[in-house]
Amino acid sequence: MAITEICTIIALKQLSPTHFDMILDAPKLSEMAKPGQFVSILCGHSRTLRRPISICDALEGTLRLVFEVRGEGTEYLSKRKVGDTLDVLGTLGCGTFPILDDDRPVLLIGGGIGAPPLLYTAKAQKAAHAVLGFRNEAAIVLKNDFYNACETLMIATDDGSFGAKGTIEAPARLLLSKNKYSAILACGPKPMLKAAQSLAEEFGIPCWLSMEERMGCGIGACLVCACKTKDENGEEKFSHVCKDGPVFPAEYMVW
Amino acid sequence: MNLSVNIAGVELKNPVVTASGTFGFGHEYNEFYDLSELGGIAVKGLTLKPRLGNPPPRIAETPMGILNSVGLQNPGIEKFIEEEIPFLRKFDTKIIANISGSTVEDYIAIAEIAGNSDVDLLELNISCPNVKAGGMAFGTCPKSVEDLVKKVRAVVNRPLIVKLSPNVTDITEIARAAESSGADALSLINTLLGMRIDIKTRRPILKNNMGGMSGRAVFPIAVRMINQVYRAVKLPLIGMGGVATGNDAIEMMLAGASAVAVGTACFTDPMAPVKVRDGIVDYLKANNIDDVNDLVGQVILHD
Ligand SMILES: Cc1cc2nc3c(=O)[nH]c(=O)nc-3n(C[C@H](O)[C@H](O)[C@H](O)COP(=O)(O)OP(=O)(O)OC[C@H]3O[C@@H](n4cnc5c(N)ncnc54)[C@H](O)[C@@H]3O)c2cc1C
Ligand SMILES: Cc1cc2nc3c(=O)[nH]c(=O)nc-3n(C[C@H](O)[C@H](O)[C@H](O)COP(=O)(O)O)c2cc1C
Ligand code: FES
Repeated sequence: MAITEICTIIALKQLSPTHFDMILDAPKLSEMAKPGQFVSILCGHSRTLRRPISICDALEGTLRLVFEVRGEGTEYLSKRKVGDTLDVLGTLGCGTFPILDDDRPVLLIGGGIGAPPLLYTAKAQKAAHAVLGFRNEAAIVLKNDFYNACETLMIATDDGSFGAKGTIEAPARLLLSKNKYSAILACGPKPMLKAAQSLAEEFGIPCWLSMEERMGCGIGACLVCACKTKDENGEEKFSHVCKDGPVFPAEYMVW
Repeated sequence: MNLSVNIAGVELKNPVVTASGTFGFGHEYNEFYDLSELGGIAVKGLTLKPRLGNPPPRIAETPMGILNSVGLQNPGIEKFIEEEIPFLRKFDTKIIANISGSTVEDYIAIAEIAGNSDVDLLELNISCPNVKAGGMAFGTCPKSVEDLVKKVRAVVNRPLIVKLSPNVTDITEIARAAESSGADALSLINTLLGMRIDIKTRRPILKNNMGGMSGRAVFPIAVRMINQVYRAVKLPLIGMGGVATGNDAIEMMLAGASAVAVGTACFTDPMAPVKVRDGIVDYLKANNIDDVNDLVGQVILHD
């Protein structure tokens, strides 16, 4: 079920040279939000397509979105002012992160702008550990939020300017060999998702991945946001990130 | 006030239909409004066998528009008949089955099956720029249009709409070929072939390299072609290409369209088709016009 809601911006903060943290007054959408879901935002009258942004948190009638300026649309969002309104379509995605009723924690693996949706996901679990990867120290977002929401937090940067140097793989492997996890939940660039999937296989635990694809309608009608998956019988098809996803069980992905 | 229009003997309760491929089979938009609000629904382009479609990315934004390269992903005509017609029949709206093939035999076979199913109109897509074989290849040469439309006409008794490609030198030639071969109505325009390149990676944004352009940017081209075709043939026209407001619909009807389809505008605003209809009503009221049909083709050209 999706609706459009005209939301007032109640806070907009710059987190890094390119990252922004936006809080929207969204009484209806915040009620509907599930971990892993996203919204799609109209970015002014001159752009045909809405921009998909993950739900980073949903609290007391508000939605929190954390985004990076990549092009015209996200730049438009970053230039809004508190009190401005945005036309927001949501909440989108039937494939969401599971909320596991398990005493073992989940392991969250995220990178770059894949980190935001994992925050809402972390808060929904009984217990979560997180390994987050970023380009460098300046690109790290939500460190304190994850620190508060997770029992364990490890950060890796590509250049080693903060935390472990390199990808999330070594720190994730370290945690996986020390602790028992109920599942791996991951969101980030494709190489990171593949690494999460192979770690899950290696340690024999279930894994869910959040995928990204360019979108048209955002609700499952136009079949634009295709991503290749296979079913139980191994038959390949194009699923749709906006409706079937954005979160998929890792075993269904075809890379 | 009369909003109903007649397309090839089928009465649409209002002149607003959806454009094939932008609306799926209606399930998603039915969450936003009752599909009975619409004059008709052109469903996702159907083929004889299920089609996977093209690899992603399948969309790129353009100034006031988009390019798409979906490539006719669909579950196949049989599944449409089994699962989607019963759903769509729950609504008081007309069903337009948009059909494609990669060979003449394909087109005939699907037309026969679709023509015997419980749909109101068939829309023959001879203008898809996103499939390698067939599609647009059939719609860009008058001879092949004639040949195909005749053969399809011979196997279907349902009203037949032929959907025209704008990727031609003279669209009136194609329109006349469709008319003389037995088309009951024409719809236009399908998408214009376009391309966008990511200047960082020097790669086309679409995995298919090229794709079909639609959205507000193509509106004046659509209006021009509709007017040319209106003056060249007697068939009723369903106009499409960038319609996003009631005023756009009025403009297209003045150019010669008896009905309009709304496509890409749904991505910007899921309510677009309903707003277009409401905008038409507002215009008619404000101008004391009792019948929407009185607008069709009423542009007064300069000498
Ligand atoms: C399900 C989902 C959740 C997302 N969540 C977040 C998030 O929480 N924070 C965040 O910063 N970003 C997120 N993104 C990525 C974000 O949507 C893109 O960075 C954004 O659309 C870029 O728009 P632009 O106009 O700034 O860039 P441009 O490059 O100018 O955009 C041109 C077109 O391409 C599309 N596009 C470009 N890059 C992407 C991309 N990576 N994914 C999808 N569409 C793209 C745009 O939507 C637009 O239609 C998410 C993407 C998806 C699919
Ligand atoms: C994502 C997408 C998919 C489409 N698929 C089809 C299709 O399957 N069959 C068809 O005849 N036209 C298809 N079209 C073309 C539209 O029906 C319409 O002719 C065109 O987009 C112009 O109208 P618009 O600007 O209102 O979208 C598609 C268009 C888009 C944007
Ligand atoms: S964006 Fe239209 S189906 Fe996903």
